[in-house]
Amino acid sequence: MDPVGKIRKKSFGDRKILVRAVADSFGKLDPRTIIKNPVMFVVEVGAVLTTVQLVWNAVHHAGEIGFGLQISLWLWFTVLFANFAEAMAEGRGKAQADTLRKARAETEARRLRPDGSTEVVVSSALRAGDEVLVCAGEFIPGDGEVIEGVASVDESAITGESAPVIRESGGDRSAVTGGTRVLSDEIKVRITSNPGETFLDRMIHLVEGASRQKTPNEIALNILLAGLTIIFLLAVVTLQPFAIYAGAPQSIFVLVSLLVCLIPTTIGGLLSAIGIAGMDRLIQRNVIAMSGRAVEASGDVDVLLLDKTGTITLGNRQATALHTCPNVTEVELASAAQLASLADETPEGRSIVVLVKEKYGLRGRELASHSPTFIPFSAQTRMSGVDLDVHEIRKGAPEAIAKYAREEGQEVPAEILEIVKEVSNAGGTPLLVAQNRRVLGAIALTDVVKGGMRERFDHLRAMGIRTMMITGDNPLTAAAIAREAGVDDFLAEAKPEDKMALIRKEQAKGKLVAMTGDGTNDAPALAQADVGVAMNTGTQAAKEAGNMVDLDSNPTKLIEIVEIGKQLLITRGALTTFSVANDVAKYFAIIPAMFAGAFPVLGILNIMRLRTPESAILSAVIFNALIIIALIPLALRGVRYRPVGAAALLRRNLLLYGAGGIIAPFIGIKLIDVLLTYIGIV
Amino acid sequence: MTANGWLQIVFYLLVIFLLTKPLGIYMTRVFSREKTFLDPVLRPVERIVYRLTGVDEKHEMRWTEYAIAMLLFSGVSMALLYLIERTQKWLPLNPQKFPNVEPGLAFGTAASFTTNTNWQAYSGESTMSYLTQMAGLAYHNFASAAVGIVLAIVVIRGIARKETDKLGNFWMDTTRCLLWVLLPICIVGSLVFVSQGVVQNLKPYTTVQLIEPQTVQVTGADGKATTQTVTQQVIAQGPVASQEAIKEFGTNGGGFFNANSAHPFENPTPLSNFFQIVLIFAIPSGLTYTLGRMTGSQRHGWAVWAAMAFLFFAGVTTLYWAEARGNPLLAGTDQRASALQSGGNMEGKEVRFGIANSALFATVTTDASCGAVNGMHDSFTPLGGMVPLINIMLGEVVFGGVGAGLYGIVVFVILAVFIAGLMVGRTPEYLGKKIESYDVKMAMLAILVLTFTILGFSAVAVVRPFGTSSISNPGPHGLSQVLYAYVSSAGNNGSAFAGLNANTMWYNTSTAAAQLLGRFFMIIPVLAIAGSLAKKKTLPESAGTFPVTGGLFASLLVSTIVIVGALTFFPALSLGPILEHLLMLAGKSF
Repeated sequence: MDPVGKIRKKSFGDRKILVRAVADSFGKLDPRTIIKNPVMFVVEVGAVLTTVQLVWNAVHHAGEIGFGLQISLWLWFTVLFANFAEAMAEGRGKAQADTLRKARAETEARRLRPDGSTEVVVSSALRAGDEVLVCAGEFIPGDGEVIEGVASVDESAITGESAPVIRESGGDRSAVTGGTRVLSDEIKVRITSNPGETFLDRMIHLVEGASRQKTPNEIALNILLAGLTIIFLLAVVTLQPFAIYAGAPQSIFVLVSLLVCLIPTTIGGLLSAIGIAGMDRLIQRNVIAMSGRAVEASGDVDVLLLDKTGTITLGNRQATALHTCPNVTEVELASAAQLASLADETPEGRSIVVLVKEKYGLRGRELASHSPTFIPFSAQTRMSGVDLDVHEIRKGAPEAIAKYAREEGQEVPAEILEIVKEVSNAGGTPLLVAQNRRVLGAIALTDVVKGGMRERFDHLRAMGIRTMMITGDNPLTAAAIAREAGVDDFLAEAKPEDKMALIRKEQAKGKLVAMTGDGTNDAPALAQADVGVAMNTGTQAAKEAGNMVDLDSNPTKLIEIVEIGKQLLITRGALTTFSVANDVAKYFAIIPAMFAGAFPVLGILNIMRLRTPESAILSAVIFNALIIIALIPLALRGVRYRPVGAAALLRRNLLLYGAGGIIAPFIGIKLIDVLLTYIGIV
Repeated sequence: MTANGWLQIVFYLLVIFLLTKPLGIYMTRVFSREKTFLDPVLRPVERIVYRLTGVDEKHEMRWTEYAIAMLLFSGVSMALLYLIERTQKWLPLNPQKFPNVEPGLAFGTAASFTTNTNWQAYSGESTMSYLTQMAGLAYHNFASAAVGIVLAIVVIRGIARKETDKLGNFWMDTTRCLLWVLLPICIVGSLVFVSQGVVQNLKPYTTVQLIEPQTVQVTGADGKATTQTVTQQVIAQGPVASQEAIKEFGTNGGGFFNANSAHPFENPTPLSNFFQIVLIFAIPSGLTYTLGRMTGSQRHGWAVWAAMAFLFFAGVTTLYWAEARGNPLLAGTDQRASALQSGGNMEGKEVRFGIANSALFATVTTDASCGAVNGMHDSFTPLGGMVPLINIMLGEVVFGGVGAGLYGIVVFVILAVFIAGLMVGRTPEYLGKKIESYDVKMAMLAILVLTFTILGFSAVAVVRPFGTSSISNPGPHGLSQVLYAYVSSAGNNGSAFAGLNANTMWYNTSTAAAQLLGRFFMIIPVLAIAGSLAKKKTLPESAGTFPVTGGLFASLLVSTIVIVGALTFFPALSLGPILEHLLMLAGKSF
């Protein structure tokens, strides 16, 4: 399902979320809560002021009751609508947190005693360092590392992915998460977190928004909005003396209406919803961001570091071609290559068997009658193969095979050495195949670049992001793959510490770096990177070092993360621009309404031809409140991001939200005025 | 409007455009301490100055130290001016035997000249001795202009430098500004003015016999009006030319005479008039080039220039149109321009300059926070008078005061970049510097100070008797008068919407307060921004970087300035000049 559709359906289809959001909107009227949002706080104070004035007017029969009542009501609605927007954004997270909480339900655990026996305790009694046994059908009682055994685990409670995953001791797939269920086999797990600090706990906190802190850009924007609010407060407060001087003093209803219309309520009301929704969009894509700061930073990323293996290329090298020596037939070579690889369970070995089968139609043969002796690969010989009856078949690194052939006085044909060189230059790995120490030919193993990678990198380049491939290959090979995949740059023969140095170097140039990683040796680099995305399949260390975890463990997810970060920032900018641009029309509605009574000539400023001063002011206030509701979907969904370059993007958004922001309220206020006049409430 | 008038306006803008690059390069060289053709003469003088004052050429200051040095310099200079004014009676060069200046006026004037405002609640020729004019006022014209320019340079350095807290040395920057930029050009400029007939002497005033005696009504001490025949006129003299050049070049605007540049001894010919307005825009325009050059983005410098030029052109067009159209209340009278008359609304204008040059001068002087006038803005049509008012309300950033215009527009650039910058999907950055909450806070503070000062003081003045009693015309025009006084003070412009009696206790003190707030409470946040930007890393440019060059950015900047300005002041304007204009159309005038 397309993600946008999914979100929309979730946000407006779910009645439960809607009902809870309405209830929360009232709870958020608490001044202690609302003061965190200076713009809406001013609106609430304004609403209280008009309400008090209304009561006073009612008691003293001072008139303006109908008008005052409507203004007061709409001011309260303005605050409620803003609260509702925030509650809606939080709603999905809360619903998700409820589901997660069920997974956290108390379970029993079999804790290992020092003497090796087990005792049954409740999961909440487990502490970091405890060791537990978990067998098929049981829930894993807490976060930990598998220290013994291998098991298939159902992690759907966290990832939503129903296919089980393998967890085994040692290596990079040893981390298990509390609340997930073992499907087969038994594992011994060392618990690594105390109750309340588990991954699940943190996730619940995050999706609920309980520990949400304002991000740096959000703080800066809030300062701007507060500053604008003060400016308009000054403009409105000083307008009364000017009005008194002019002989046309204004009522509290009118002044508060003007103030509320001028201060940036649209963005003020939607700002926190935008931030929450941004985090939530990541969660929809199965990425858990540990802080909003990381989401924001991902919009700013300049350099993307990608591991070659598994990210840019399919996991491993594959045999793609056979090259024969002079006087050797292809079938001869293919047959030898197949025999040498039958017992080779490495992906490379298997790919040779597959190639031979597909290209030469040679199927696997029964070798038992030939009393085969398989020679496994070793770092010393750097070759592997099989001895069949009298035949010795070997495949391996060119130098190793050449040496092996020369031991018996066999020369390696110059032509094949030329081919070996060519294959290396093109980024492949050449292997030589020999039978009875006579070189038959070469197998070319090459990296296969994943489909669609070039387009994705072009896409990123258009965003202004440079991609960099990290690989342990030699520079020649790396260059060839980099060219094929379309990355901008590469780091060859990289050791883990080189990755770190590279990040530091880029950061020193002022760039923001994003990377993905899963291994324990990636952890320092993940911590150093501005955006570090750890794979959920990765080690505990990696998950703790990064500031995001991708539950799908998809290294190209970074691209989507960057897009979400950018969307978040664009949405903020677009709504701020829209909000400020709106003020122009509101002035033309309210100023003539305020003074046309005393100075009919000012009626010329009423370019919307609004019916009466009351309906003009009320229309502006109603528009101001309704626009918040109208923009909630946009705030939650985010403004679409297009990788077309900054200038084109700016032109488009300025036209849409700047020019549009000037025009839209003229139309909206006029329509509301017509409607109000039609109904006859003013 | 005449073809001749338009030709002069367009020719003027062309001259400013052509001056921008050479002056910008020259100032870059001066403040980067690179070689200039004046070095052989000035470098030894500079060294002597530093040796005498103990300035260490190698010492660079942080923004706080720079601010303290600037405040100290301004404070001491201000006290000195106050002292000179209060003791001029006993000091030499007072051929007219003027008494000491009253404390309130002396304080107001000291504040006004220190802040580059040059608001004058007095008539120069009947209040200030030659010594006060030269050592007090003209000195401040140089000093306050230099302070403005070096602050702009510091802001540019803040953007250009990276990962440092050093922004330059205040004493050195100011010395170099005076020696290399202000003095040489003003010496040449004074001679040009002398060639046009501007007086330059220390003689007592001359009394001459009128060729044609005049009969005037005089109100005596007993309140009775009597008719007198006047046969003599006292003609004021003085060292005018030397003060005239810096008055314009430093965007000070404080005239030697009360009539300012409408006085024939200050501004005798169309050529001197043209030269004056060229001097006003020269440095502010050149600084945009310096901005581009020092930050390595010349196209950004030009984009800022284009935004300023657009706003200038829009202003002068409106003003010229409003004044050339004449007074609708005089429909039926021939108000067209012809060979025999200037046409249009000539009230308060010099016939030597006519409509076009008065409109041009008024726009330039209020765009640039200069405040010199060659016509009386109070007598303009309501819409014509609103243009100078709006020009100042926009924050004196349309070229603006020397230096002040540039650092003022940088504040708007930061706001524009912050609001719209998010729309390219990155956190906002300006020429590689991230704009963060501290920078936004300081930028908002700088804008708030202006709003608070203008609207706050005006609001008090229009509802209190001590404020309203000075208003000469009731109704909306009176509101414009009061508004203009505080706009002009807070914007450090100094021009007056004549008609308001500003020499009262309330106005002397409140305008002085507005001037000091508008100058120093704007400068301190701006310096803080410079300090904060200098500390940041400079991010390299990429395809995703927010563009601060080209027409798109220039129009974004214009919109930000206009929308922020309009949104803040529209209510006040609608009860002032807009209402007055509409009432005038309905046949009611004030």
